[in-house]
Formats: sequence, structure tokens, C-alpha cells
Amino acid sequence: MSHSQRNPGGPSKRKKITVNYMARVEGEGGLDIRFRNGKVEDVKLNIFEPPRFYEAFLRGRSYTEPPDITARICGICPIAYQMSSTHAIESIVGIKPTDTLRELRRLIYCGEWIESHVLHVYMLHAPDFLGYQDAIRMSKDHPDLVKKGLRLKKIGNEIVNTIGGREIHPINVRIGGFYKLPTKKELIPLQNHLEEALELAKEMVTVTAGLEFPEFEQDYEYVCLRHPYEYPLNQGRIVSNKGIDIDVSEFLDHFQEEQVKHSTSLHARIKERGAYHVGPLARYSLNFDRLSPLAQEAAQQAGLGETCYNPFKSIIIRSVETLWAVEEALRIIDNYSKPEKDYIEHSPRAGTGHGCTEAPRGILYHRYKTDEEGLITDAIITPPTSQNQKMIEDDLWHFAEKYTELPDEDLKWKCEQAVRNYDPCISCSCHFLKVTVDRDGKVSKV
Amino acid sequence: MKARRKPKLAVWKFASCDGCQLTLLDCEDELLAVADVVEIANFPEASREVARGPYDLSLVEGSITTPHDAERIRTIRKQSKFLVSIGACATAGGIQALRNFRNVREFLSIVYARPDYIDTLPHSTPIADHVFVDFELRGCPISKVQLVELISAFLGNRKPNISSHSVCVECKLRGNTCVMIANKVPCLGPVTHAGCDALCPSYNRGCFGCFGPKETPNTSSLSHQWSNGLSASDRDIVHAYRTFNAYAEAFKKEATTHEP
Repeated sequence: MSHSQRNPGGPSKRKKITVNYMARVEGEGGLDIRFRNGKVEDVKLNIFEPPRFYEAFLRGRSYTEPPDITARICGICPIAYQMSSTHAIESIVGIKPTDTLRELRRLIYCGEWIESHVLHVYMLHAPDFLGYQDAIRMSKDHPDLVKKGLRLKKIGNEIVNTIGGREIHPINVRIGGFYKLPTKKELIPLQNHLEEALELAKEMVTVTAGLEFPEFEQDYEYVCLRHPYEYPLNQGRIVSNKGIDIDVSEFLDHFQEEQVKHSTSLHARIKERGAYHVGPLARYSLNFDRLSPLAQEAAQQAGLGETCYNPFKSIIIRSVETLWAVEEALRIIDNYSKPEKDYIEHSPRAGTGHGCTEAPRGILYHRYKTDEEGLITDAIITPPTSQNQKMIEDDLWHFAEKYTELPDEDLKWKCEQAVRNYDPCISCSCHFLKVTVDRDGKVSKV
Repeated sequence: MKARRKPKLAVWKFASCDGCQLTLLDCEDELLAVADVVEIANFPEASREVARGPYDLSLVEGSITTPHDAERIRTIRKQSKFLVSIGACATAGGIQALRNFRNVREFLSIVYARPDYIDTLPHSTPIADHVFVDFELRGCPISKVQLVELISAFLGNRKPNISSHSVCVECKLRGNTCVMIANKVPCLGPVTHAGCDALCPSYNRGCFGCFGPKETPNTSSLSHQWSNGLSASDRDIVHAYRTFNAYAEAFKKEATTHEP
């Protein structure tokens, strides 16, 4: 896509919008948008989150360590890191989780989806739509909304806590299974709370569907997992709406990461085409048929079609996915009976393993190489926010241009909201926000 | 009588995963009550609103890894009446301190095609290496209970009631069977600071040191037990001490002793 349009003729007028430190996102980043004669001239999503070098210090560590070590990349979605790394390593040591272990992994992942989606919908994104600086201030006028959000979020966290031991950096996931499987009795209290969550999630879909959305659609290339019969979490092929349909192990043949000067997070792109979009919109639009009848019905009542190309409506889709995750969690608990063995035994092996799972923000790819002793010789980790960075810049390019007449302060807020559509996790992407408005050379910062 | 001003709370982030400040948002039952009694003056992860300092209580997450951050923490200290570092990154340098034992240039070139674009320090260091810290909350991540206790203590103008004993004591309090004795599982519990309520041993796994060294830890005795009683290799011992609290003095020293 060409971003080099210029207004021909006339005196050139410049303006720049800067957000120095973007709020209500996870991690440190900012935004620079330069305007010339009312046209967007440049968009940079600046990421200054300090690099933490995970891929480097994983070298020489044991093959059993990535679930605990890579969880520390992100405090909001540690389960995603534990799942992608576990699947990658298990493909090296040659083990396949049993059906029950597989279901239990889905259950803890559902917990993380609920906790992460509700945090973003009610605490981070809804205040933009309703015009508040934050959820605390929003709670003064909408106490019921915020309290229900906190309650639903807590129920998601309870799932993670019950199976994983704690909400942030849970300790129970290991290669081959779990350190200690929960008993059916331990999962029963979750059932009552999840029944309550089901009503809260239905309400969340209705509330978010009632928000006002800017008319804005993009011709995205959506990339996500697709599974023969499930809404995707841990397994499936990597697919897109523009022709990609590959095994997880072929990821690096089709996608590449490149470094840009304004970001400590690498930018991922499709080799042949460039920017692509991962996350709830992609999953929903390519897997509508895999949602439960209840989630499909809720989406339709919310006015959504089977696909959605308006990134602002991601807030409704996160709510639909939350509803789905609550139902799925109930189903898994209902069918659960504790197996005899907590995990499958394994021993080190030399090889290369790939893992790709659906983090709340989109696909998270891990690749490891190990030697005969089981020591890691090479690691590659591609988080969802690295993959969405180019798309976020692209969205802003088109979105900001529609609102150039707005006062700087309002324009900034709108652009921030557009970035938050992606629920960016900057800490993840570096293993990333501040906005600058530059209008015809006049720079204002917030 | 004039109403008392609400104390101003600020939350700051350096190199980290966001998990420790998320702990505050994870206090679903306490968050709105806390917001009633303090003014959330600076908490970018939760709010666009930024009130100017000075701040009465600053919670600092993350470690110092860039020249810019080394400057920023000094400015924050000047604006803060009480400064509390929260979590293993802020109190010990975090997992990113694994660079401290290697050449950071080599690390840069493994991750980045253009290392020259990246401004980073050779070491990841805790907040207390740069400025005076009033209190430290340990853990990777911190404990929700300890965070609420810290904020309550601050509001009540008292010292936080946070134990400095080992994870072993927490196991005894929970009535856990010792995983090291009963299951021959290597465990860092005897030398690790309390705070997790003996989480890992309660899940049949050995403690892996999220809360860092306890006061006066006998690490050499524990290593001896690991290598003689549990046939752990020197490499196992180095890896065990070199995770989230690798740069904490006691763990740093013990790991170095076992380096090949």
C-alpha cells in the first residue's frame, strides 16, 4: 500500500500529533502522526519498552524450562506463553497430551481469555467509548457496569487460579501435562460462578453492542488458527482469508520479522504481502461456524455478521468470545474426571519444535531447537502485538485522515482509541505507547 | 473541619512484564475501595489522567536497563514521599538480569538485526541500586495479599506486616509434606523468601525461587543437599539459582560457585 500521496500545489502545511506515553495498554509505547496539507504523511508506533532478550538467554537452558521462563514475557497472558512453548517442546520430545490433559489446557486457557478480554473491554477500552479517562472515573457514573466487569474478570481469574495455582505466572503447567491435576470436587465451585458468568457475559455483549462505532472498515488479511471442529485455542492450521493454509511448522516460510528504527519490537509481515491482522476479529471472521449456537446468536443479536472488518467493533467480539469461553469452560468441567497420571513422562531429545496457539490478542508462535541433552540451542518467539504493529500503523494512517479537522486533543484521543482496538501488549512485543500530533510542522505532545 | 486530602498514588513501569502492576487491577474485590481512599494520580496502564507530583506513594515495577531509565528513576524518587519497589525485576533485576552474566552485545545480535538501533545498558539492575527505596515487595509476581497489606499499612501510617521467613515455614504452616524428603524433588524452599504461601510444594513441585533469597539463607548447605542427596548436577544448581532473582546477592554468589 502506498502512503506517499501528497497534496499537489499550494503552500505546504504541516502538523504532527504525538502521544508520548500511551495509557491503558500494557507496556511502554507512543505514537507519532505527521500531517501535511490535511493528509497523513507519516505514522509511527514508537515502542521504547526496553528489550529483555528472551531468545538470547533461553539458549543453554533445559527443554523443561520454557513454560516458566517465557510466561514472564507477559503478566497478562502467561498461559498463552506456557501453551505455545509446551506444544513446541512436546513436538520435539515426541509426546501427545491425552484427551483429558488437552481439555484441561483448554480450560485454563479459557480462564485467561475471560480475564484478559474483560480487563480490556471494561477497564481499558470502554472508557474510550463512554468518554472517561479510566474505569475508576467511569465507575462513578456507571458503578454497576464496572462492578459487573470486575466480577466477571474475577471468575476468569478463578479458573486460572484453581488449575494454575495463581493468576499471574501460574506454576502448574509442565511439559507433558500438569504437576498436580485438580480433582473434580475442586472444579465444582467454579461451576456455580461460571453459571453467573454466563449471564454477565451475555450482558457484556449487549452493553458493548450498544456503544457508538465510527464508520471505519479495512480490507484486512486476517490470520488465525483453524481447527477441524473447535473454536481455536491450542491447535489447528494457520489460515488467512487471502489464501494461507499451512501447518504451524511452516510459519517461518510465510512470515518474517524485521527491525525498524522506531521500535524495540520486531515487526512481523507476510513475506509476499506485508501487514496482517491477528486477534479476536481474525478468529471470529474465520471461525464463526465454530462458535457455539449461543455465542452465534448473541453475535447476531448484537448486529454482527459472520465476518467483521471494523476494528472498533473488536470490543463486541471480545465480549462474544468471552461468552463462548464461559460456555466452553462449563462444558469441560461438566465432562471432567481426574485421570490417573498428572503428566506424560518424557526424556530429552535433539530436534526442532514449533508451537502456535491463540493468545487473547492473536496467534503466538514459538520455535525451539534442542540438542541431545535437551539444552535449547535456538529460540524464536513471535507474539501477537509484533504481528499487529504494522496493521495498527496502517489503520491509523487511514483513520487519522478522516478526523484531521478535530482539535488536537480530540484527535489524539481518537487515535489512541484506534490503537487500543488491538489491545496491544507492548511488554509482550518486546520481549511496546506515547502520541505526537505534528500538523504542518507544529508539534504538540501529551 | 477541613477534609483531609487523599494521598496520591503513582505506579511506574521499567523493564518488566506488567504482571506486578496488574496485581493491583487483579484486586477485583478491593480496587474500588482503594480508589475511594487514594487518588490514583499516575497509573498509565489503567488511566489516561496524569496528575503532577509530588506523589505520596510510588509503586515501582521493573528493572533499570537503559541510560534513560536510570535518569527517570531519579526524577521519580525526587517526586515521591514513599517509594516501594514491587516484584523480582524491581528488587533483583528480574529474569532480564541473566544478561549480567553474559556479553550484552552478543545478546543484542541474537535478537536484533541492527543492534545499533537499541540503547541498552550492559546490566539489568534493581531500583535500590539507583535510588533509596523505602520498602520492597518481593515475588515474580508479587502477592496480592501483600500488596493490599502494603497499601493498608501506608494508609494507617504503620510498617507493613510482611514476614521474611522461608517458604519452608509456609509449608509447615500449610501442613505440606516436604517434597524434597518425601519425593526427592529439588526445592529452593529452605533459602527462598516467603510470600507465595508455599505454592509449588502444594502442587507437588519444588519451589523455584520466585520470591528471591530469604534473610540469611544457607545456600551452600542446600546445594550440598541437592548434589549429594538428589544427584543434582552443577548445571542444575546454576539454572535453579539463575532465574527471576538471578542477580540477588545470595543467589548470584551461590550460582557462581557452581559454574563450570
